[in-house]
Amino acid sequence: MSTTSLSNIRKELKKEQRSLLFKRFLSNKLLLTGSFIMLFVVGVALIGPFFLNYTPYQMVVENRLSPPSAEHLLGTDNFGRDLFSRVVYGAQISLGVGLAVAVITSVVGLVIGLLASYYKTLDHILMRICDGLMAIPGILFAIALMAALGPQTQNVIIALSIVFTPHIARVVRSKALSIREETYVEAMRAQGASPLRIIFLHIAPNTISPLVVQATFIFADSIITEAALSFLGAGVPTPDPSWGNILYDGKLVIFNAWWMTVFPGIMIILAVIGLNFVGDGLRDMIDPHTKPRSKKKRVNLFRFNSQKARG
Amino acid sequence: MIQVRNMKKYYQAKKGLNKLKSGNTYVKAVDGVSFDLRKGETYALVGESGCGKSTTGRTLLRLHDATEGEAIYNGKDLFKLSNKEMNKVRKDMQMVFQDPYSSLNPRKRIGNILEEPLNIHNIGNKSERTDIVMEVMSKVGLQVDHYYRYPHEFSGGQRQRIGLARALVVDPKVIICDEPVSALDVSIQSQVINLLQSLQRDLGLTYLFISHDISVVRHISDRIGVMYLGNLVEEGYTDDVIENPKHPYTKALLSSVPLPDPNVQRERVILQGDIPSPLNPPSGCVFHTRCPFAMDVCKTTVPQSLNLAGNHTVRCHLHDEGITTEEKKVVNA
Amino acid sequence: MTTELLNVEQLRTHFFTEKGTVTAVDDVSFTIHEGEIVGLVGESGCGKSVTSQSIMRLYDEYMVEYEGKIEFNGDNLLNYPIKKMQKIRGDAISMIFQDPLSSLNPVFTIGKQIAEPLMLHHKKSKKEAYERAVELLALTGIPSPEKRVHEYPHQLSGGMRQRAMIAVTLACEPRLLIADEPTTALDVTIQAQILNLMRDLNNKLQMGIIFITHDLGVVAELCDRVMVMYLGQIVEEADVKTLFEKPLHPYTRGLIKSIPQMTGERKSELSVIKGNVPSLTNKPKGCRFSTRCEFADEKCLEEMPPLKTHSDTKKVRCWHYEEIIAREEGGHVHASST
Repeated sequence: MSTTSLSNIRKELKKEQRSLLFKRFLSNKLLLTGSFIMLFVVGVALIGPFFLNYTPYQMVVENRLSPPSAEHLLGTDNFGRDLFSRVVYGAQISLGVGLAVAVITSVVGLVIGLLASYYKTLDHILMRICDGLMAIPGILFAIALMAALGPQTQNVIIALSIVFTPHIARVVRSKALSIREETYVEAMRAQGASPLRIIFLHIAPNTISPLVVQATFIFADSIITEAALSFLGAGVPTPDPSWGNILYDGKLVIFNAWWMTVFPGIMIILAVIGLNFVGDGLRDMIDPHTKPRSKKKRVNLFRFNSQKARG
Repeated sequence: MIQVRNMKKYYQAKKGLNKLKSGNTYVKAVDGVSFDLRKGETYALVGESGCGKSTTGRTLLRLHDATEGEAIYNGKDLFKLSNKEMNKVRKDMQMVFQDPYSSLNPRKRIGNILEEPLNIHNIGNKSERTDIVMEVMSKVGLQVDHYYRYPHEFSGGQRQRIGLARALVVDPKVIICDEPVSALDVSIQSQVINLLQSLQRDLGLTYLFISHDISVVRHISDRIGVMYLGNLVEEGYTDDVIENPKHPYTKALLSSVPLPDPNVQRERVILQGDIPSPLNPPSGCVFHTRCPFAMDVCKTTVPQSLNLAGNHTVRCHLHDEGITTEEKKVVNA
Repeated sequence: MTTELLNVEQLRTHFFTEKGTVTAVDDVSFTIHEGEIVGLVGESGCGKSVTSQSIMRLYDEYMVEYEGKIEFNGDNLLNYPIKKMQKIRGDAISMIFQDPLSSLNPVFTIGKQIAEPLMLHHKKSKKEAYERAVELLALTGIPSPEKRVHEYPHQLSGGMRQRAMIAVTLACEPRLLIADEPTTALDVTIQAQILNLMRDLNNKLQMGIIFITHDLGVVAELCDRVMVMYLGQIVEEADVKTLFEKPLHPYTRGLIKSIPQMTGERKSELSVIKGNVPSLTNKPKGCRFSTRCEFADEKCLEEMPPLKTHSDTKKVRCWHYEEIIAREEGGHVHASST
């Protein structure tokens, strides 16, 4: 068997599978809209800095609270800092915090969920800890953690990760529990595969899709929670800009300077809506059963069931 | 090749707080099964759902731990081996599963699925593994370009070929086939059966063929063991058992099989009632609750395995010469 | 056996999917008479279930389009408004499904599920309906029915559940019963009981039964007449004896030959139909079976054969069946295109 022909086949098939995926992506309106919104928000955070004339910390006191103008696109804040540059850098911090939390919770939650699904004793211990963590309202818990850890951006990430990890672990565990019962896992046991091999090579790949969906929601959630923390003064420390503490600054002058609350508010809304769209869209794409839009799929499902039951 | 002696598999039936109550209740899934698997033959375990035929196969591979009994392979008792030693044996004993849909990992390419057993057993380097997989794929009738495809791109019959290929890559001696064709369409079923048989001829495989479909079993197997409620009630060469069944259950089972020939008029034995729960199996002979010939002795005494002519064994008091014919007649009338 | 009960004419069922319209049932015509059991046989994906569900119009109307005629009692069911259709379902036409556990509602007692349609369709009082439920359970051979009426589906075994399911479908004395693989999920000894029961009920109640199955053995045991389906079409129709004695279509012939036999000499190898059933989105242009037929020639690949009437009771959809049979019976000559 020549390896060159094999690698050719591989390339072709990958191309074919990729184009199929792309088609499904294009036909998914929710995912498409969400992606465009996120592209915009991320674009603001990454490309925005190149168009800035001011740093987010540069104070021009005589220009305090000036409304949007050609000089200051979104106006200035109560210290005379350029609001546009603060929103842009705030986007970097807020999205950065959100992304970091999403990634950390995914990795930790995946490992916890997988181990819990396979080892019964560990399951009891880990899940009771998760229950405990989930019993406390997220934001209160985060405030308490921030009070203990001190106001620093990385502490915000740590606090939010602790708050959100149980959510991921739960999702992964429940999926893994059902995958565990599948015959292909039994087939691997019959081969003599070690438990860790089964967990991480055979069960884990099947939990990735619900995990990614959940992670996008946590991304969105942590942006909101970070904003809330910062708004309450327990989040990203001043003078670093985040959408939350721009809002905090803005609330004192809300009747004199509407732009200070409106623009960061819009950014938060866009980011959260965009991420939620992406999450919902991904869910539809991955799991067609939740929304049987086409009959064919259901007929297939029916056929599959009838074959299954024939045994 | 493998000698199974008095294999038992009980499941604890109590859960939660009930465990505190005294007395043990078990589901007796397999209750003292003994048979030999001879080299190069196809031994079929037949029975209805819940009779323990699948559990027998799985216990043999130690997917469940046996409660009692032994299975001798190469002079060693499989049930007493350490996990490490057992994993070596697993290279020789492979399994093919019933459901072609759930037995393949949907997230893995066919190539990866087939190479995984080689990885687990540390056979060859990467390119050698690919070569082995390619060879096996062509043996079971898959094409080269299937290597990088995902399971969902295949039909049921092709998936079953893949499942078979996965069992074959490590060059096993015994394959436990758990209802390998019952989820397939008729026209595909015959393809897979022929494939199983030609592979057996070419590779000298031994099959433990677990099935509820007696016509398939008749076609493929050399010897048959009929199971009912965790017990092996009859065993013998396929032709003997099918042509001349001794146990009333076997008779009923055979006469229930619908024949694809409307002209055949048969005397049918239609059993009344359902299979009793293995949680609370009947005393004496497990079949006496449904048996049309049940005698008093059946309710109290467990029948022993009786050897008839031609390696035909049966567990039934009707064939016990110790019990007088008068007694039998009385009940029959 | 003379009154015509159901007359399906050129039924086509199209589904709207992302990939375009899929025609799962394509030009199916047949008649069911009172008191007869007609088998609808085929492999998965051949459209046998879709046909039956089309008769009941069970699919969501916005996803599916029916063409042709389904005449029941002289009316075309396809013209009925949904409300009127709902009155027919479970009353004059009833259906038994494959999986008895999922087709009975686990939160209601068996009795309630039998009484429900009676109270709904026949406006019976609760007491009358329950009395009838006990009768029906007794009729389907369930022991101590007056107790079982008050039990829940999970308390019954598989065979009992299917009997209860049959009792539910019989509640309103349907004229037509559609049984969609009712014994596939059951063990053979239980299957034998259920087949017996269905034969008895058919004799007693004289209704028409459409029996859908993939098992040719069951067909031979139970049915009077058989229709063989392949990829959305009926390829052969005959009474049960002639179908098994003298199958005409190469698909039917292949199917019958590929089953392992219970009697006679054991063959060293089963004969097979090569290849797989093509998907509905990728149907062959000419004869649907041409991709797997060893006798296919250019004509078969290009032109779809009509369902030809071979004799009074036999119909077949093949261009060359006469030659093929002649050739096969006159010694095995391999197909050479003519």
